[in-house]
Amino acid sequence: MNTIAVLGMPNTGKSTLFNRLTGSHAQIGNWPGLTVELMQADLQLGGQTVRLVDLPGLYDLRGHSDDEAVVRRFLERTPVDLVLVVLNASQLDRQLRLALQVQRLGLPAVLALNMADEARRFGVVIDETALAAELGLPVVLLSAKYGRGVPALQQALRRQLQAATATHPEAGEAAAAVQDLEERLAAIDPELEPAQAALVQAAVRLPPQWRDRMTRRLDRLLLHPLLGLPLFFGAMALMFQLIYAVGVPIQEGLAGLLDAIGQHLLRPLLAPLPAFLQGFLLEGLWQGLGTVAAFLPVIALFFLAMGVVEDSGYLSRAAYLMDAFMERLGLDGRSFVLSLMGFGCNVPAILGTRVMRDRGLRLLSILIIPFSLCSARLNVFLFMAAAFFPPRQGALVITGLYLMSFVAAMLTALLFRGRFPSQEPLVLELPPYRLPTGRQVLSRAWSEVKHFWFWSRRFIIFGVVAVWLLNNLPVGVPPASDLSLSGRLGALLEPVLHPIGINPHLAVALLFGFIAKEIVLGGLAVIYGQADPVALGLAIASDVSAPQAISFMLFTLLYTPCLSTVAVIRSESKRLGFTAFSVGWSLLLAWLASFVFLQGSRLLGWS
Amino acid sequence: MRIARQLADLAPGATGVVDSLAADASLRRRLEAMGLRPGQPVQVLRRGWWSGPLHVRVGMTELMLRRRDARCVALAA
Repeated sequence: MNTIAVLGMPNTGKSTLFNRLTGSHAQIGNWPGLTVELMQADLQLGGQTVRLVDLPGLYDLRGHSDDEAVVRRFLERTPVDLVLVVLNASQLDRQLRLALQVQRLGLPAVLALNMADEARRFGVVIDETALAAELGLPVVLLSAKYGRGVPALQQALRRQLQAATATHPEAGEAAAAVQDLEERLAAIDPELEPAQAALVQAAVRLPPQWRDRMTRRLDRLLLHPLLGLPLFFGAMALMFQLIYAVGVPIQEGLAGLLDAIGQHLLRPLLAPLPAFLQGFLLEGLWQGLGTVAAFLPVIALFFLAMGVVEDSGYLSRAAYLMDAFMERLGLDGRSFVLSLMGFGCNVPAILGTRVMRDRGLRLLSILIIPFSLCSARLNVFLFMAAAFFPPRQGALVITGLYLMSFVAAMLTALLFRGRFPSQEPLVLELPPYRLPTGRQVLSRAWSEVKHFWFWSRRFIIFGVVAVWLLNNLPVGVPPASDLSLSGRLGALLEPVLHPIGINPHLAVALLFGFIAKEIVLGGLAVIYGQADPVALGLAIASDVSAPQAISFMLFTLLYTPCLSTVAVIRSESKRLGFTAFSVGWSLLLAWLASFVFLQGSRLLGWS
Repeated sequence: MRIARQLADLAPGATGVVDSLAADASLRRRLEAMGLRPGQPVQVLRRGWWSGPLHVRVGMTELMLRRRDARCVALAA
């Protein structure tokens, strides 16, 4: 099968174009010799199947970031038949350099000039025929966002692919990987500057002055020294409010529906099976999976909203606004943006630290991201807050937990910045403000949810099965009683958890929360023997005091988010010691915070 | 009038021309990829408070960079 690699700088709409070309069939693929997964998809091109691979965004093939190294390693190891170079049409004055690198390496390529609509709006005029002639490569002007020019690109890809494969000894045989990549790149380096200048001279007319008045005006307000940050946090608070207002009812409805299917459809179907197996399938597997599935809409909404903020260009502004503060914590504006992404799910946020080159900065960022109150934890908090407090106070508790999440991250950075010093420069593009299209945002949210599902499902399925087994073994004991394995485990942890107000029941839930926070609620349901949310809330409230509940929430917020996060910390830091340190520190901080809160509330006479 | 020698010294709204980059290889590559190359005019749009980053425009690109990094960009007199 022929392979087309998609290559381009960040902020060129590369992924949007990739999604345009492939529909939503993209999957995560592993490539030999690469430690990271790349998105890939098979598509039909002129009657034959072609594999499209989305390489990480890069600025320069000789660049020093991890992502840039990944692209180099990919090109050295994987024979590609064609490279699709994606450039931002309005920034050809600096981006043509990348196309020149590919061309000088002698790789068969097609050049896509994306965001052509924006270039026109800004007054950039491109003579694509002249550019194609000068470069000797097909050039297609297009707008992936609105789908304009995509058929022309497909045609160019097909033709160029035919031309490229025709030169191989056997037609259709895979091309060879690039040999001596680094040496050759170094050799062509001096030619690039003059060649780029000549290309711009011949084929691009730049406007005499900047035309994007809207971005100018918005920046004057949104990057205002005093108003900028309050406006940003206000916008975020509003966004979170909106997500709950829409997401929570959907989640509740879906949970009810799945429960009804289990009770009225599956239960009769499974009736002939032995009681133990029946319980395992229904109360263990189905109920656990149902809890997680019901939770997906909230995650999808979060990614949707975050996608809008990111694609609009506002997120880069957040990096600008927060950088001075983050610098004093030993971090930078990107760490802040990634922590913000962590409020959806920690895993993609930790993967996002790949853009950082400095080891210290990257590890410190990885250390603070798990304190971001992710949507799985939020699920637990919304439930507990509703069970223990009237709505107004409940909202205060949730707000307090969000604040605590920031405080824990800041404290961690302050304490450990000395151990992870960094000197990484920060140079980030501030793209013009853009209005994302519905299609673009939806397709991104979809791929994020798929990614989330990919990362969490194995642990979650393992987790719910384990919870059920521990609660029901040895065979014959009353589920989750003191005699069951989980009851014994709870008793074992009693000395450590008693001072922070966590009773053996809650201890078992926390133990499983280590696997994934999504199963904490399902675990509580099994432990208290109540599937209905309202009844479960009442059962817990009669067993635990309000300060104990808050202590439980604090602990849930601060200790290890889930096994997926631990796994990705391990794979990204490549150090077992650091992973253990991250887990250990979060456990210690969680215990201390809960201890201080509970004992403090006792001293103040609130119990 | 004092002539700014480094990008980091430019006042908001002021323009200069990049003369040379005194940065290590990795930062130099990144700055060049962003368009900060010798001979290019560069304008500072705003400077963040509390020694925050600079918001600059070079060619058709707007970017932010820290003052420390902007000190590596020497301007033509």
